[in-house]
Amino acid sequence: MKEIALHVLDIVQNSIEAGATRVAVTVTEDTERDLLTVEIVDNGRGMPPDVTGAATDPFVTTRRTRPVGLGLPLLALAARQSGGSLRVDSRPGEGTRVLATFGLGHIDRPPLGDMALTLACLMAANPTLDLDYVHVRDGREFRVSSADLRSRLDGVSLGNPAVFAFVRDYIRAGIREVSNAGGTEGQARGTMGAGTSTEPAGDRALSN
Amino acid sequence: MVKSLEELAKIREQAKKALAAREGEAETKIVVGMGTCGIAAGAREVMAAILDELAKRDLGTVTVTQTGCVGLCDKEPLVDVIKPGQPKVTYGRVDAERARRIVAQHVVNDQVVGEWVVGTSS
Repeated sequence: MKEIALHVLDIVQNSIEAGATRVAVTVTEDTERDLLTVEIVDNGRGMPPDVTGAATDPFVTTRRTRPVGLGLPLLALAARQSGGSLRVDSRPGEGTRVLATFGLGHIDRPPLGDMALTLACLMAANPTLDLDYVHVRDGREFRVSSADLRSRLDGVSLGNPAVFAFVRDYIRAGIREVSNAGGTEGQARGTMGAGTSTEPAGDRALSN
Repeated sequence: MVKSLEELAKIREQAKKALAAREGEAETKIVVGMGTCGIAAGAREVMAAILDELAKRDLGTVTVTQTGCVGLCDKEPLVDVIKPGQPKVTYGRVDAERARRIVAQHVVNDQVVGEWVVGTSS
């Protein structure tokens, strides 16, 4: 997978196949801690502990068409390659939570990619699914929920092709706003940090 | 915010008009393979192209859904076109460009694009 957004599409497909009616995706970019987290929580049928524990093993799958499942193992690999990890918590009858962490500035981290296109496709193809998305960058936040969009559509389906482009562009703009604002804020903070760090650097030099 | 949610109301009203004009038409279903294999092969861009092409042609009654891996991973991205009263046609190795042609030729004009078909079933 070339993008984290494609992994998200893949994992949410797992949720849908597990009978989930509600999926919450949260992406958090924290430049200070150099951390990117992607969390996917669903209310699907969940997995018993032995399956959960082995979920990142490609040779464990609940699918019947092939004996291998690659979704979670690929995400685990991408996370580990950029200094992060993958955690899967699940309870039968309650749901599953997938948490992937990445080194935000790690050279091997896949780009976030087109998250808006991932979400717009999911909403169009699963118009009755409650899909919530939260994107946080350094404390700034963009939120979108399919239930909210649906309520504004007055009976027109979220799956209507005419609605798709709007949803995609709306989410793109929202994420861009959070990212740009975060970027300039991060820069400003960086400059301030550089300014104030001359003193601690001097202290360190003295103590050495 | 570049796009405001108020714009959605306008799109909604247009969509309602388009749907009313097509009332009573039997529904065509398009299914895109969105398992790990399909996604890795470009299924998201295929779905986006299909939705875009349908929107351009005001085909609001066509529904697009997704499915998981069906075991034909080497033929992904897979796209099923199910027209009322006709057998299901499965296309393989679909990209955005092929997807647009499938909409124009098969969905709109009822002509199966034979060269990309990997299976049919009723």
